[in-house]
Amino acid sequence: MSSWIVTSIWLIPAAPLAFSLLILSLTNSRRAAAAGLAITGQIAALAMSILAFLPTLQTPGFREVHNFTWFTFGDQALRLGWVLDPLAAAMLIMITLVGLCIFVFSAGYMAEDKNFTRFFAYLSFFSGAMLGVVIANSLLLLFVSWELVGLASYLLIGFWIERPSAAAAAKKAFITTRIGDLGFFLGMLWLYHASGTLLFYDNGNGALEPNGLLKIGSSVTLVALLIFCGAVGKSGQFPLHVWLPDAMEGPTPVSALIHAATMVAAGVFLVARVYPLFSLGAVNGVTPSLTVVVSIGVVTALMASLIALAQFDIKRILAYSTVSQLGLMMVSLGVGGVAAGIMHLIAHGFFKALLFLGAGSVIHGLHHEQDIRKMGALRWIMPVTFLTYTVGMMNLSGVPFFFSGGWTKEEILHRTAEWPLSRLPHYLMLAGVVLTALYMTRQVIYVFFGSKRDASAPHESPGVMTMPLIILAACSIILAIFLTPAWPCLHAYLNGEPAHLDLSALVQPMLFLSLVLVAAGIGLGWLMYRNAGEIDPLARAQPGLFRFLENKMWIDEFYEHTFIACSRVVAHLSDFLDRYFWDGLVSLFSGIAQAFAVLSKGFDDHAINARVDDTTTGARRFGRLIAAGHSGQIQAYLGAIALGMLLLLVLYAWLA
Amino acid sequence: MNATLQLFLIISSALFSIGLLATLSRRHAIFILIGIELMLAAANLNFIVFWRFGSQQQQPTGVMVAIFSIAIAAAEAAVGLALVIAIYRHYRTTNVDKFDSLKG
Repeated sequence: MSSWIVTSIWLIPAAPLAFSLLILSLTNSRRAAAAGLAITGQIAALAMSILAFLPTLQTPGFREVHNFTWFTFGDQALRLGWVLDPLAAAMLIMITLVGLCIFVFSAGYMAEDKNFTRFFAYLSFFSGAMLGVVIANSLLLLFVSWELVGLASYLLIGFWIERPSAAAAAKKAFITTRIGDLGFFLGMLWLYHASGTLLFYDNGNGALEPNGLLKIGSSVTLVALLIFCGAVGKSGQFPLHVWLPDAMEGPTPVSALIHAATMVAAGVFLVARVYPLFSLGAVNGVTPSLTVVVSIGVVTALMASLIALAQFDIKRILAYSTVSQLGLMMVSLGVGGVAAGIMHLIAHGFFKALLFLGAGSVIHGLHHEQDIRKMGALRWIMPVTFLTYTVGMMNLSGVPFFFSGGWTKEEILHRTAEWPLSRLPHYLMLAGVVLTALYMTRQVIYVFFGSKRDASAPHESPGVMTMPLIILAACSIILAIFLTPAWPCLHAYLNGEPAHLDLSALVQPMLFLSLVLVAAGIGLGWLMYRNAGEIDPLARAQPGLFRFLENKMWIDEFYEHTFIACSRVVAHLSDFLDRYFWDGLVSLFSGIAQAFAVLSKGFDDHAINARVDDTTTGARRFGRLIAAGHSGQIQAYLGAIALGMLLLLVLYAWLA
Repeated sequence: MNATLQLFLIISSALFSIGLLATLSRRHAIFILIGIELMLAAANLNFIVFWRFGSQQQQPTGVMVAIFSIAIAAAEAAVGLALVIAIYRHYRTTNVDKFDSLKG
């Protein structure tokens, strides 16, 4: 038995976390040491993930848990644990591998930053927290790691703290995800109340196993939806997607980490992890909570790909594409294709990291220019970046055969076609495929083709930055081998079945359909944007629609004028109450007291004081002496209290 | 070393003294808040230790009090930080030596 790997699997998240603390203790000038330590930690985690991956390959449907008691509370024991199953093992490999590439890239990208060491400490922390989410076998442990991921994203999005926009974006990301987390927390409490355990798997008594599910009973829909709130916040689903594009304020490697390997993946992973809660009592594979997941996913995917059409910031386009791809994954989970959704998540992790790092390379080469209208004709100047970026774009657009993204998207479309409730998601997702191909073609044409629109001298990035690009591009192509329907290796692995080689599955109508759609998207993009200049062709043809999309459908403004305005009104109201009502009451009473004081002063001065003054010099001198002890400083008073307490203690000890 | 009641009490009184010292000697308002938090932590530790070594371990009274006090401490920290910000806006400093308007 290889259960030693399960009992020591906690080392995988612990390694990056420990290295993060180590880096924090370095001084700011030890740059090489910081980068080296962070990369070492990541390599260690990757090596251990591969060790953990091996036993899951041998037995289909492998699942081992290691639970332990954290503390006992009256007669209730709070138990935590880790789990190793195909889902966790595949995610571990993806996160550590993509993370490693991003770490190496950062060493080049951030080379001139003055807070280099702090950056690597945060990166390590981020990766460690995410690995904790993946191996948790308890909703509580998952929640703790989940919040650590949130904290790390806050620190990294606001890394350039001197920019007010970065600070605002960090705050927005933190608060928006917190709204979702509130639901998650309530769901967790409810789950504990209903099932009496927060463990996922516990020899048949865990919350996701038959006995536990039986205890939850009819409240399962509510629990599932509350937990889904957390996933909506973290994975940037509508209506809480607003933080994700703003998170572009962080350094580009951070965007890659957030959008590919860690933060947004957590939401999709959470839904996949607690999937039995969603699918309990399913009739024909449909439950109310899964229908909600599908609807949210469809709305998110379409909305984001429309907005992406009208953005000019190279990173923002990618950000919206992430939002739409996450929507697609949610749809897949909702229609019952858990394996397909997770496969797309893993493939997306590779190619989205590739795209973001490619964008980072472009931005670096153009001296921090992010507007695609000011780029152009970079294909000869940055050949490596161009080629790898094209691979990423093909993946994202869903070109089948050689690109992993194509196969997984294909499988998701397949699953949506089989959804018994309605065909609408299927058709809308087909439209989404065309839109994705269209906006990615637009971006590539703007950045790499056409005429040179930038005055500065762009240059190709150094090897430390192009190497990760090449590795990620290679990974996303190699991964395609394991994703084809002819040899559904990863699919079978995630579902715990043996895989069969069946070449006939390669030929199916859906494949041709998606090939046609992708070709249509790319062709349309080529036609529309071939000669695009400063003014977007869509803006010329449909100015009103373009403005609507360019301003992100005014969702931010809508929130500004409804929810935020409401809370501002409440704040003003309580400020007013505080200032005028309560303050007024206090003033009234003090006024009454003052009136008495004036009265008694008059009495004092005229009736009593007339001759007594002369006899009080001694008292006055004593009073001045005491007043000198009153410095007005709060610490002096506190010190006196402490001294008094000490004296009392001594007195007590002496008497007793 | 055995975990005895005395050992925990020594730890918690050390924690309390460190917190008190920080509160008394630091000049930065935020460090004073941190010192106060340390003293609260020492008190919480005492609650739990006396419950753990007491006779009625079936009722989780000590933990309940500690959880309540942690919740209150969180609220108190929020108010404290808000006060620090308000004071900073008024005096443009967080050095507590400069605040002596209580002086008689």
